[in-house]
Amino acid sequence: MAATTTTATPARPSGRAQSFQQRLRAGDDLAYMVTLVAALTILAVTALLVYELYVHSALSRHKFGWSFLVTRTWDPVAEQFGALPFIYGTVVTSVLALLLGIPLGVGAAIFLAELAPPKISSGLTFLIELLAAVPSVIFGLLGVFVLIPMLHKIEGPLRSVLGWTPLFQGPFYGVSLLSAGVVLSLMIIPFIISISREVILAVPSDQREAALALGATRWESTWDVVVPYAYKGITGSIFLSLARALGETMAVTMVIGNDPKIVTSLFAPGYSIAAIIANEFAEAPGELYTSALIELGLVLFALTIVVNGAARLLVAGTSSKTGT
Amino acid sequence: MMRNIIGAILGIALLAAVGSAQKALKGSGSGEQILINGGGATFPYPMYSKWFDTYHKKFPTLAFNYASIGSSGGIKQVTEGTVDFGASDGPMSDDQLKQFREKRGCNVLHFPTVLGADVPTYNIPGIKEQLNFTGEALVGIFFGKITKWNDPELTKANPGVNLPANNIVVVHRSEGSGTTYVWVDYLSKISPEWKQKVGVAGSVNWPVGLGGKGNEGVSGQIQQTPNSIGYVELIYAIQSKMTYGKVKNSSGVFVSANLASVTAAAARASKEMPDDFRVSITNADGKDVYPISSFTWLLIPEKIADATKKKAITDFLKWMLTDGQNQTEALDYARLPKPVVDKEMKAIARIQ
Repeated sequence: MAATTTTATPARPSGRAQSFQQRLRAGDDLAYMVTLVAALTILAVTALLVYELYVHSALSRHKFGWSFLVTRTWDPVAEQFGALPFIYGTVVTSVLALLLGIPLGVGAAIFLAELAPPKISSGLTFLIELLAAVPSVIFGLLGVFVLIPMLHKIEGPLRSVLGWTPLFQGPFYGVSLLSAGVVLSLMIIPFIISISREVILAVPSDQREAALALGATRWESTWDVVVPYAYKGITGSIFLSLARALGETMAVTMVIGNDPKIVTSLFAPGYSIAAIIANEFAEAPGELYTSALIELGLVLFALTIVVNGAARLLVAGTSSKTGT
Repeated sequence: MMRNIIGAILGIALLAAVGSAQKALKGSGSGEQILINGGGATFPYPMYSKWFDTYHKKFPTLAFNYASIGSSGGIKQVTEGTVDFGASDGPMSDDQLKQFREKRGCNVLHFPTVLGADVPTYNIPGIKEQLNFTGEALVGIFFGKITKWNDPELTKANPGVNLPANNIVVVHRSEGSGTTYVWVDYLSKISPEWKQKVGVAGSVNWPVGLGGKGNEGVSGQIQQTPNSIGYVELIYAIQSKMTYGKVKNSSGVFVSANLASVTAAAARASKEMPDDFRVSITNADGKDVYPISSFTWLLIPEKIADATKKKAITDFLKWMLTDGQNQTEALDYARLPKPVVDKEMKAIARIQ
């Protein structure tokens, strides 16, 4: 394939007179068409997804209107449905995951790309990439059998330090918004590390050398020159992991407690959108019930767009300030 | 090179496709192989797959294919006509029956196959005894009105047991399930307030509690949470050797759930068995009755156009009610009482 492309390319300038077949063989047009089809397919799949969610949630949308988004009740028997507790649980756990995951993930990426000896770096990177491929149910089990017992142990210290805030009140049963946030952070860290590391490695070494030549220490060159250069890529890795956190289902439902209530405390159980869809969809009798669950899917889609948009604005704001 | 490989792959795929098409033709055309599709309840799935397997070995030309997609799924699929029969842990509602008639132009019949039960299971540090629960205590706990283990409603029923003054943690199923249906069906028979405020369904708006996914999710949550209580399917409790509580029946006796006390519940209820078999046997009368028991049903359309399929299904039902029932106890399912079997035998004739 590669050989045909290189031999045929020089003939290209002769232009329009070429037959369609010749132009195809020239490669450029073919590549253009193939990639265009690929891009359009993605677009079409997304559009189809939104369309299907929109159409099949019609019953619920007409019955509840916009109040669906602010209603706290989820009562399958009385057929009263509201999305608010699920939106709350989804946002809180994802934000918590980012708060824990970004410093750890970006820190590890900087270490692996800039500071670690190459042998250690490549070994660790391999392990981290393995971690990214672990099925989410395994993370859920890890949460249930390892993380929650550990959280029970640090519950006391946590309370004595932060117990005065509304975030650490009430009884702690193990399954909680906190556990879900921590499990999610473990799941997104490999993504942040592996993408951020690649981006940092891609920073031209001229940049580092110039900084060092100007008298910067190794850390100064890393933090003030390399990281700002890789800023866009690092934020990209964070967006990707945010999307994963918002949509994660299995691991979350195993540790979040599945209780649709809105409680400020992170010790309290909660519920997320993806978790309730997975739990109740298969056994949802009645069209309004099914339709409300599908509308939750639509809400999750919209939520992903809104949260991502907000994060992007935030990034745009900070990057213009720092001048990168 | 590449082209050759692609060609080879295409060729193999084509051969495979032709092969399976031929098989399919053979299957439907000559009547050699009959495939009957069904789907629904997950609770009786181990029993059904055992039955279908035994039956297939007996009649190698007959194959039953059962997908355990959940009771609601079973009802939906049989109503749409995408399966030959459905299966459910809860009877179809009047609305669902009406929908079925509108879509399929005939009635759907319920055939009880085996029995199941829900048991209360708990984790109170220091307490190994089998606790007694009244219906009122269970309602109170699941309503969040009884919040401590040493509540009078609980201590009265458990003389000699030193119940702690700890807060009760309630655990329920997070996903829609037949197990939940049976549990809340019982609670709503004890408490009119439960019936009105929470109601009966496969998933409800729980007043209190944490949700665990599946029997294993609920039992795992209970094992990890001191002072918790939840409910699991009896077979799951037996097979994982869990401690579970006795429940007071309507005759005032605390009964432990086992195959005999569950079958007894069905035997009592079968005296007033309606002709369509849609009956709830929770809180049934009788001294030896375990009160949180339930039938599970096969859902079969009254009219089956394909004569070979019709014969296969009716023959299977007859076998399931006779020889099939002898296999139930090996898998820890409670068998149907004789009067119910007799009544079902007569009802098979209604399939046309």
